[in-house]
Order: sequence, then C-alpha cells, then structure tokens
Amino acid sequence: MNALARPLGDLGRATLGAFAGVGYAAMLLLEACYYVFAGWRIGQPVRIAAVARQMREIGANALPIVALLGFTVGLMLGIQFIASLSEFGAQSQVVVAVAKSVTREFGALITAILVAGRSGSALAARIGSMSVSQEVDALAVIGIEPVRYLVAPALVAMLVMLPALTIFANAVAIFGAALYSAPALNVTPTAYLLQTMSLLSTGDLWQGLSKSVVFAVLITLIGVSTGFSVSGGAEGVGRATTRSVVLSICWIIVVDMVFSFFLNR
Amino acid sequence: MNAPVPLIEVEQLEAWYGRRRVLHGVDFAVNAGEIRVIMGGSGSGKSTLLRHLLGLQRPVSGRVKLFGVDLREASERALLDVRKRIGVSFQGGALLTSLTVGENVALPLREHTTLDESTIRIMSRLKLEVVNLGGFQDLMPSQLSGGMVKRAALARAIVMDPRLLFFDEPSAGLDPVVSAELDELILRLRDALRMTIVVVTHELESAFKIADTITVLDQGNILTTGTVAAVRASDNERIQDLLNRRPREVQVDADAYLKRLTEEEA
Repeated sequence: MNALARPLGDLGRATLGAFAGVGYAAMLLLEACYYVFAGWRIGQPVRIAAVARQMREIGANALPIVALLGFTVGLMLGIQFIASLSEFGAQSQVVVAVAKSVTREFGALITAILVAGRSGSALAARIGSMSVSQEVDALAVIGIEPVRYLVAPALVAMLVMLPALTIFANAVAIFGAALYSAPALNVTPTAYLLQTMSLLSTGDLWQGLSKSVVFAVLITLIGVSTGFSVSGGAEGVGRATTRSVVLSICWIIVVDMVFSFFLNR
Repeated sequence: MNAPVPLIEVEQLEAWYGRRRVLHGVDFAVNAGEIRVIMGGSGSGKSTLLRHLLGLQRPVSGRVKLFGVDLREASERALLDVRKRIGVSFQGGALLTSLTVGENVALPLREHTTLDESTIRIMSRLKLEVVNLGGFQDLMPSQLSGGMVKRAALARAIVMDPRLLFFDEPSAGLDPVVSAELDELILRLRDALRMTIVVVTHELESAFKIADTITVLDQGNILTTGTVAAVRASDNERIQDLLNRRPREVQVDADAYLKRLTEEEA
C-alpha cells in the first residue's frame, strides 16, 4: 500500500505544484498589465526609462547573435532545400520553401529560443538573486511594487523586441538562403529576393509574428516567476536560471506546434 | 503632541510556518519618539515579527497598525502612504546591486517625489554625509565593505525623512568599532531628526546602549517590555539566560522526541 501511496502522493504534489506555478505566472501577468495601464493612477507608474533599458538589453544587444544565427539557419535551409528538392528536379521551389518556412516557423522559433537563453535566464537570475538578498523586500518597503519595477518593464520590452527581432531574423535568414541558392539556381541574389517578396503573403509574416508575441509572454513569465520563487541562496539562483531556460524552450516548442496546427487548418 | 501616541500597534499577532507556530498572539505598541529594541535569540520570531510590521507578510490572525492604519485592510494607496513614511535598513543592506550607491539612496525620492534631478542629487548626497559616506555615491554596492553597505542602506532608509525607522540587526557581522559607530548614528538620528526607531537585534551591548525600551521575544512569546533597567532587573529565568549568555536547558519530551525521530514526513 505504502509503495503505491508514495509515488501517487509525489505525482499529486507535482501536479499541484505545476498548477500553482501556472496560476502564479498568470497572476504576475495580470498584475504587470494592471501596472502598465493603470499604475500611474495609484502612484506606481511603469517608467519609460526602465522599459528602454530592458529593450536595449533584450533587443539591441541581441542583434549580432540573432543576425549570426538567422544567417546560418537561412544558409542551412538553402543547402537542404536545394539538395532535397533537386531530387525531384524542383529546385525552383526553393524560393517559396525557404520564404515560407523562415517566416512562418524558423525566424520566430530561433529568435525565441535565443532570447529565452539570453534574457529569460537573465531575468530569472536577476530577480532570483534580488529575492535572496532581500532586495525585493527592500523595493516593497520603499513603496515600489516589485512587479511594477521588475516585471512590467521586462514584459513590455519583450513584447516589442521579440517580434522586432523576429522580423530582423526573417530578413537575415532569407538573405543567407539567397546567397547560397541564387548561384545554384542561376539567378542573381537580387532576383531571388524580389521573387521571395512576391511569393510571401502578409499571412505568412503574421503567423510568425503572432507566435513571437506569445513566446514573449512565455519567456518573461517563466523567467520572472522562477526568479521570484527562488529559495536557498546562490545555489537556488543557479537552479532557477537553468530551470527557466529549460522550461521556456520546452513551452516555446510545444506552443509553436499547437499554433502551427491551428493556424494551418 | 503631548500624550504619547502609539505609532505601532500590534494586537494578538499569530504567525505560522507550515505546522510550526512562530508567533503566539503577540501584543505590543511603540510610542512616537522612542527607540525600541526587539531582542531575542535566533528562532525567537523577531525576524518574523519585523516582516509583519513591514507589511511583507500578512498576519494569519491579529492586527498590525502603523500610524493607525491596519496593514491587512489598507488599500494599496493607503499602504503606499504608510510606506512613504517608514524607512527600513535590512540586515544585509539590500542595496540594489545594479545601481550605484548614490542611485540607491536617491531611489525613494525618484519614485515618490517630483523633485528635479539636482535637488534629488543634493538630498541624497546630504544623507550620505549624515552616515559618513560623503563622496562614495558613484561606487557600486559591491565595492563597499560590510559596514559601509549598512550605512548606505541607512542613508536610503532615511532619505525620505521617515517618522518611523526600522533597523534589522545593525551590528551583525561588523567589527566592534563600526557597530559602536552605527549605534551612535542611531542615537543621533533620533535626537536630530526626531525619528521613532525600532531596532531588531540579538546584540546585548548595542541593545542596552541605544534602547529606551526593550521588548524581549522568546519562542514566539513576548517575555517582557520595559526600560533597560527593568529588563536588566527582571527575574524571568529566560531573560536572565539571555542576558548572561547561559545555554538553554532543553527539556526533552520523550513522546515528541520519539515521534520526531520516527515520523516519515517531519
């Protein structure tokens, strides 16, 4: 009996914990939105300077690495599509294949995974070490709501910058694909890019962008909620950082699949 | 104000961590202008009491009132108003590590006032001078020593000229000279700025030096509240243990002991 009760108990506790985590994150989201829209009325305004700082950290500072990865993924897709489509003599379809797979899928996915690793973990580490050293308490007693000061600016910045980075990644990836594929197709890169433009619909772009908005919310919420729930000193901060990255990436991929399913029905 | 008005009123405050009761119906009040030291050994519940006084934890039952405002029932606005009138210096300082010392001290002014930047700068430097940290405003908290961090935290706590100042373990981890300096500083603040000060500490020497009145906590109960002389003269055994650094005589309850040893989920 005991042998069965224990794993069942563990399962129950884990389930409860998971639900509590989702609930906590949802509450943080609501609170952050409240402070963004109505904070100034109760003396808790979300500062534009704080949002700008987060935008720089999350967005501008990530440009080089997003460019590098976007370019590489574009190149890789070009290589793969040329190789596999030429088996059917359908190389000319490379343009549309790259254009759609990048804008609908890879641009948003690669950018989100990268930002989760860069900024989601940074949020978790920052808030985690702040709660360990009582800085979060200090903010609260100074009269600065921690959610307003730490979460709301990050959420706004992420919601603006992740889609922006995604657009940038799309462009760089298609450019990368063009560099490899254009010679293989005997066209100039410019002609390749022009053809891409004519083949892409706004729907393709929206698909990627709408996903990136959802990813932005996920990355922020997972980062801050793991950060706030840190306990156990420096080791706890390390654990929370790892946890936030793993959780974010898992959620991003699962949500991506779900979105792809519903958006392509 | 002639009659002493209690700035802090605590009635029947209870606190639990899981199944363990940390505060057993604590009652106490602090009047304006006094320096109250809350004293007790580790695990006596003094940090928990402080967290309730600061409104960081909601009471399970009982009331905590600051300036007559019940923290549990206060609206967000009212709570913010209370928080603008208190200052807190945490045990580890709790300076924001991403800001310089000067920015840390200026933070409450930036958030709660509409003063212009140069006024804020002057006011925060003034408070740094008060705690003998003039000229250190551009350093990061990580570049300061332990005593300097505490003093910087104190500067941040008093930058809004609070009527009520909380100080958690002012002398923990500091050498005797620095901690004596901090004690002097606390006395000066009360005399110069007319603050009411609540200090939580387990350091006897510093407690006796600065306190007007002392509250002794032990295992979640208030043993006594009184003047320094009264506490010293108390005939309560636990208080005398604390004053004379006598180890506690732990009485073992055989049943509870066995239960703790054998229970699966302690």
